[in-house]
Amino acid sequence: MSTILLTIDDRKVHGESGETILSVARQHGIPIPTLCQLQGASTFGGCRLCLVEVEGIAHPVSACNTPIKAGQRVTTQSPALRADRQMVLELLFAERNHYCAVCVQNGDCELQSAAAQAGMDHVRCPYLSPSLPVDASHAQYVLDHNRCILCMRCVRVCAEVEGAHTWQMAGRGIEARLVADNGVPWGESTTCTSCGKCVHLCPTGALYRKGASVAEMQKKRGFLLRILEGRELGRTGEEPTDDFLVPTVEIRS
Amino acid sequence: MSGQKLRLATAWLGGCSGCHMSFLDLDERLVELAEVAELVYSPIADVKEFPEAVDITLVEGAVANVDHLELAQQIRERSRIVASFGDCAVTGNVTSLRNRIPVPDLLNQVYQGGPGAIPRQSPDDPIMPALLPTVLPLHQVIEVDAFVPGCPPDPDRIWAAVRALIFGEAAPHDPHLRTFG
Amino acid sequence: MSTLQPENPSIERRIALQRVGRIDPESIDDYLAEEGFVALRQLLQSANPDSVIEAVTTAGVRGHGGAGFPTGRKWYFVAKADAPVKYVVCNADESEPGTLKDRLIMEGDPFSLIEAMIIAGFTVGATTGFIYLRGEYNLARHRLENAIRQAEAAGFLGRDILGSGIDFSLHLHSGAGAYICGEETALISSLEGYRGEPRSKPPYPTQSGLWGRPTLVNNVETLVRIPPILRHGAAWYRASGTAGSPGTQIVTLLGDVNWRGVVEVPFGISTRRLIDDVGQGVKGGALKLVQSGGSSGGIIPPEWLDLPLDFDSGRAGVVLGSGALLVCNAHRCVVDLTTVVMAFFRAESCGKCVPCRVGTVELHTLLQRLTEGRGTLRDLSLLETMGAMVKRTSFCGLGITAPNVLLDGLRHFRDEYIAHARDHRCPAAVCAMQDSAWGELPHLATVG
Ligand SMILES: Cc1cc2nc3c(=O)[nH]c(=O)nc-3n(C[C@H](O)[C@H](O)[C@H](O)COP(=O)(O)O)c2cc1C
Ligand code: SF4
Ligand code: SF4
Repeated sequence: MSTILLTIDDRKVHGESGETILSVARQHGIPIPTLCQLQGASTFGGCRLCLVEVEGIAHPVSACNTPIKAGQRVTTQSPALRADRQMVLELLFAERNHYCAVCVQNGDCELQSAAAQAGMDHVRCPYLSPSLPVDASHAQYVLDHNRCILCMRCVRVCAEVEGAHTWQMAGRGIEARLVADNGVPWGESTTCTSCGKCVHLCPTGALYRKGASVAEMQKKRGFLLRILEGRELGRTGEEPTDDFLVPTVEIRS
Repeated sequence: MSGQKLRLATAWLGGCSGCHMSFLDLDERLVELAEVAELVYSPIADVKEFPEAVDITLVEGAVANVDHLELAQQIRERSRIVASFGDCAVTGNVTSLRNRIPVPDLLNQVYQGGPGAIPRQSPDDPIMPALLPTVLPLHQVIEVDAFVPGCPPDPDRIWAAVRALIFGEAAPHDPHLRTFG
Repeated sequence: MSTLQPENPSIERRIALQRVGRIDPESIDDYLAEEGFVALRQLLQSANPDSVIEAVTTAGVRGHGGAGFPTGRKWYFVAKADAPVKYVVCNADESEPGTLKDRLIMEGDPFSLIEAMIIAGFTVGATTGFIYLRGEYNLARHRLENAIRQAEAAGFLGRDILGSGIDFSLHLHSGAGAYICGEETALISSLEGYRGEPRSKPPYPTQSGLWGRPTLVNNVETLVRIPPILRHGAAWYRASGTAGSPGTQIVTLLGDVNWRGVVEVPFGISTRRLIDDVGQGVKGGALKLVQSGGSSGGIIPPEWLDLPLDFDSGRAGVVLGSGALLVCNAHRCVVDLTTVVMAFFRAESCGKCVPCRVGTVELHTLLQRLTEGRGTLRDLSLLETMGAMVKRTSFCGLGITAPNVLLDGLRHFRDEYIAHARDHRCPAAVCAMQDSAWGELPHLATVG
């Protein structure tokens, strides 16, 4: 491990070799929007919201999986990045059926908040309006495919933290679907421990607690770090924070 | 606009009228608005024909049938600025929940499966406007100059947008004023 | 598919295809009689793996899988990587539309690939190799399985090859029909038994590839060039081609030409010569465009026909890619072509990242509107904005190249897109311009 100096948004910052641009930016309080990123789980890199510009590279790069380099000059906000991030979000809203007004997650949704934050106020491309099922077979939770953005957070936290490996991605491209136990209704899964980790880390209303009605679902996003930091707690004695994943903006309820 | 009042219109397409309710909730700010603007067309004003030479039109609702389509086009031709007013106009929202169901199936489900008769569905039926195959947000049918999301947009949001449009104040950058839902 | 028979020395030079069509691909004796395993024998005797890297580097071999990465450098990276286990992987997933070069090699000269992989293993220090074969290539699978068995029986594969103390075992793995599994990191995921999805680079496979080990991934055509280079020397290889792209390349010539097939030519040959002298001219009308490099490549307009085809001309706009050249005459519609290409990417996107997963579907939807006569100029402008965005922001090469034909088409044939979008007219009279469900509402097609 050696210390690396670089510049982010004209600020001189430093990180350890092997760290990513995103992690160094966050440590220095420089915000970069993300959706699929999940602190405490492996990097995915699929949402493309964390794109940043690096001097000398023609196209933007994703901050979550680009390692820092000495002397690197990174820009996190520019008109071009804003336009690209807006279109990423427009594509997400066009892909499935996101009706914020009647969603359980309204007011506490990371997709909704990311769009507002990025300045996306309408979707230019055609809505695809697919016909997608809702899996309510689980006793406590519901999976609504209409709101899934395929961020793989649930897949990763289930495999990497809970160790249950219940969730997988099936199908390709626009046909990709989240499936339990390689394709059984969630309620029939023999691996699911009903721990609820996926539910609370799902950024949207795709996974929610049964019985929650419009705008009633509040996700407990802080628990994962609490678990992971809790393992260290005995040593450090510090209280883990609960706000590591606050939505990028606070949304009126 | 000194002396002459600004010509303001609001229109109601495929929506629940909630956006107009929220507009009325501007309360005392309506008085301020009335000092500078004249409401020349609106569901709350008794005007049958969309007038010419409108300065600003706020459009509530998605484009769901041929009547909406016709009115939207008229609005565009006769207004200087058109704003999508509320989520249904901006995204299609609840009005577009039916988009994944083919129109004949939809009408069957609603009218034949349940009580009541099948409505007449000929395009030249003067009473029942034909449904479009899919419900569209306003900007996918006409050019739109401004977007005011929200279901409904709350009065503060509406007021910020109206001030921006009427008084030329910088459009609000606050993300709180921009969320869907 | 066929190769030119007989070889035409004024245009062709066969290195990768030297034995194809001339030997019995199911007989190791035939291969041995044609200099087979000579390079390997000599190398094992000299016991000098560094000499291979030097020869490959001096010869200037560049990857034929599409990206043109210098092969010598890649071999060097894996060779110097400090790890107890390394792997050699042959990318034989050949799924680029209109590209059949690897198939021809594997069907016609499978032993050459085996020899090349043993050499690669010896050079970089790997004792296990995998061939990731396109799922649909049944004959190639049969021939490779047979060749591996014969090579094992003859002592070229397995333990202590030819008494050298060197081990190398080779495994054949058939893909399941996904284009994305040709991308090297997705290929590695698939080989490991995971979903065929690309991974972040860095780390590159040369550092951390298959099961986290340093891994050499090379295309079939790249690999089979190595034994002849070792045999005859780098200068011999460089006798044809250009300074930046020495040697030869296999071109798959398709579409509106009088002769279609696979031909190996020196780098730097012009598209015009290929069409006129190999393809025997354009069929069915004047030349309109050439689509080069498969679906992920670009469009060569008639003005560029005399540019040399090599890796470096890519800067001028001629994308060589996989070596496919699809010739289109004046009766072809560029919007129709773009729509077909986008349908391919829409179906082949793995779904990992948003711009490619949704962007290809949106682009295809908008293009279909144009071909059906219900597009608008606004659709066209959105196509251009979104095409550039998908190219800029996608996770891997699939999404990055998916909009190439669209963006090149708009660059060279903008008027034709405008005719579709504004006038609802197909100048080439290919698109049906049928009114669809929206037909009852013709005024909708003109708004926006
Ligand atoms: C979407 C995609 C598909 C690809 N398909 C192939 C393929 O079918 N065969 C191949 O050799 N390389 C393919 N490649 C390139 C590989 O990722 C890799 O660069 C290549 O196998 C390296 O070998 P080379 O250096 O010999 O060219 C593909 C790349 C992308 C992005
Ligand atoms: S269900 Fe939620 S956490 Fe899982 S992939 Fe979909 S959006 Fe992400
Ligand atoms: S660009 Fe993205 S979605 Fe497309 S194939 Fe690559 S990783 Fe998958």
